[in-house]
Amino acid sequence: MPGLYRDEGIVLRTIKLGEADRIITFFTAETGKVRAVAKGVRKSGSRFGARLDPGSHVALQCYRGRDLDVVTQVETIDAFRSVREDYDSLVHAAAMFEVVDQFSPDREPNPSLFRMLLGALKTLNSTPSPVIAPAFFWKVLALEGLAPLLDACVRCGESDGPFPALDLTEGGVLCVECGALGGRRISPEGLALLVMLLGGGLHIVMAEPPASVVINEIEILGVHAVEHHIERRMRSAALL
Amino acid sequence: MSSLYEGPVQNLVDELGRLPGIGPKSAQRIAYHILKSPTEDAARLADALTEAKARVTWCQTCFNLAEGAECSFCRDDRRDRTIICVVEEPRDIVAIERTREFYGRYHVLQGAISPIEGIGPEQLRIHEILLRIEPEGVEEVILATNPNIEGEATAMYLAKLLKPLGIKVTRIASGLPVGGDLEYADEITLGRALEGRREV
Ligand SMILES: [Zn+2]
Ligand SMILES: [Zn+2]
Repeated sequence: MPGLYRDEGIVLRTIKLGEADRIITFFTAETGKVRAVAKGVRKSGSRFGARLDPGSHVALQCYRGRDLDVVTQVETIDAFRSVREDYDSLVHAAAMFEVVDQFSPDREPNPSLFRMLLGALKTLNSTPSPVIAPAFFWKVLALEGLAPLLDACVRCGESDGPFPALDLTEGGVLCVECGALGGRRISPEGLALLVMLLGGGLHIVMAEPPASVVINEIEILGVHAVEHHIERRMRSAALL
Repeated sequence: MSSLYEGPVQNLVDELGRLPGIGPKSAQRIAYHILKSPTEDAARLADALTEAKARVTWCQTCFNLAEGAECSFCRDDRRDRTIICVVEEPRDIVAIERTREFYGRYHVLQGAISPIEGIGPEQLRIHEILLRIEPEGVEEVILATNPNIEGEATAMYLAKLLKPLGIKVTRIASGLPVGGDLEYADEITLGRALEGRREV
């Protein structure tokens, strides 16, 4: 139904429209993913200014159109300036936005995912760390019911380790025998990190971060796991 | 859009619709305009396209548009070689030239890093700028990419790349648009304007 509505949202991405406009993709607290046109936003001196750049957390008012909604008012709640002004944080945030975008059908409310994204952005803004984005990928998968089984072989049920491989199709670790036949390699340190992250231990990990090679391993596996479920490549992963 | 028109008309609409910023409706409107206008007008447009495409290439030094090997700025000896202004697109050069405040040379990246779209530095003319520093005796690089997320990401990347070379790297200032109202300024713009304040 057409009409004005208010919500709060995080800008996931923007695409140019015509000469001076953009289509803004918001992830909102109440409505889920919403796309709306921001008129004149590309002109310098636009009343929207930088408020509609990716990563902004805003209170917004939109007009619900037949086709696309139109942004009528925006107020910044948090611009997450430290994320915006740090290259590595920005690249990580972009990957988190793409994951949320890909996992969210239009107008399907998902308040838990909204809170997770907001929380991850706040953490990245206040205490940047390369482990925040991979933790986010895996936690989104878990939220969607796609958490991998990590304490027993997903093929044969063997519960004694070691588990040297992770099978994304079956959704869990593999024992030595089953792992010889397939799956992606996972190091013992990587597996320990994944167990910590999925168990809600991000802050403990951030206080004593593992070697960056281990974080990278879990990040790459996270990207593969996400890509496996969305059935397409993550564009932002090219810059991670 | 399904094919509503006969062959040549549909081809024209399709080709126009592939241009940036032109949707199906605009493509139709422009196609009708061309078809209604005199044959000479349409021929002039076709010639302009063919000739521009045949004669204009990228400057081998700065990647601006050029007729020949180098663009007019790189060929002009009166322009200061020691200072390079980095922009995203050739049209940004036009904007900077209109200020009449800059007498150095340019470097056109032909785009900007976009973490969200997965456009990385290797897809731009970023590393080519490194090849210019020594031979041209460059002392300062001005980063004049757009003040949006992509332009800033690009500026941050370039700063990291260039600073270790021991040259001066500067970023164009952000702040309030002249002629605008303070109360409408967004927090990022106003915050940066405050940081960049100067004594009067
Ligand atoms: Zn097994
Ligand atoms: Zn040139």
